[in-house]
Amino acid sequence: MEDALVFTYEVDGDDFTRAGEASSDVKNKLKKMGVNPQAVRKVAIAMYEGEINMVIHANGGKITVWLTPECLKMELRDRGPGIENVEKAMEEGWSTAPDDIRSLGFGAGMGLPNMKKYSDKMEIETVLGTGTTITMEVNL
Amino acid sequence: MTVREIKELVDADLFQGEEYLDRDVLTACSSDMMSDVLAGKIKIQSLLLTGLCNPQVVRTAEMMDIICILLVRGKSPDESMIEMAENRGIVILSTKYSMFTASGILYGAGLNGGE
Repeated sequence: MEDALVFTYEVDGDDFTRAGEASSDVKNKLKKMGVNPQAVRKVAIAMYEGEINMVIHANGGKITVWLTPECLKMELRDRGPGIENVEKAMEEGWSTAPDDIRSLGFGAGMGLPNMKKYSDKMEIETVLGTGTTITMEVNL
Repeated sequence: MTVREIKELVDADLFQGEEYLDRDVLTACSSDMMSDVLAGKIKIQSLLLTGLCNPQVVRTAEMMDIICILLVRGKSPDESMIEMAENRGIVILSTKYSMFTASGILYGAGLNGGE
């Protein structure tokens, strides 16, 4: 994406309390830029679910955001275990998260479905044992 | 219904956000699963009732533009939660009532789920 503003974030995989900091920062930036609130919320929720997934399943990773006046594209790249069955993972309620994650309020199997719901375009590239890269676009 | 009215109806303690007590709350949702909150219909000026008490509750509220968190069963937020809510202009209340009872009281007083 030419002429896009680019932001990058390292997601710490060990600190659940900090999960969401990148999404929070992007949300604030978009709000300050005057992007319409509905699009801001879509970006914030999709990215936050992705960020939580990176912490729960993949020990963190890297997020890159490209911003143009028309579109926000984000790439969430991790070096986690990969997703064994993407089709299953896209079903609402299906989760491989351990019970201790559920006690933190996540792991209900809504992460990927929510990301799909709130983004206008979503692609998942995953290789078992190597990692997962999710790309999402939200029209602004 | 204002945040102040909610506070009085469920006899809640205020932990953060005294300056926002006169804000209007239009809808509410009750859940311990933050993913379910995030999956719900996006509403504005809403209240979240939850038994979950960790910083991700404040983050979820932030992402959904929720203006007030009502912790149930007398849970107390820790310093990190209060600080996060303060930075984001979100109210934190805590009631002794269970989620079912607190939801029922507020629903009975006219607050709904926006469905």
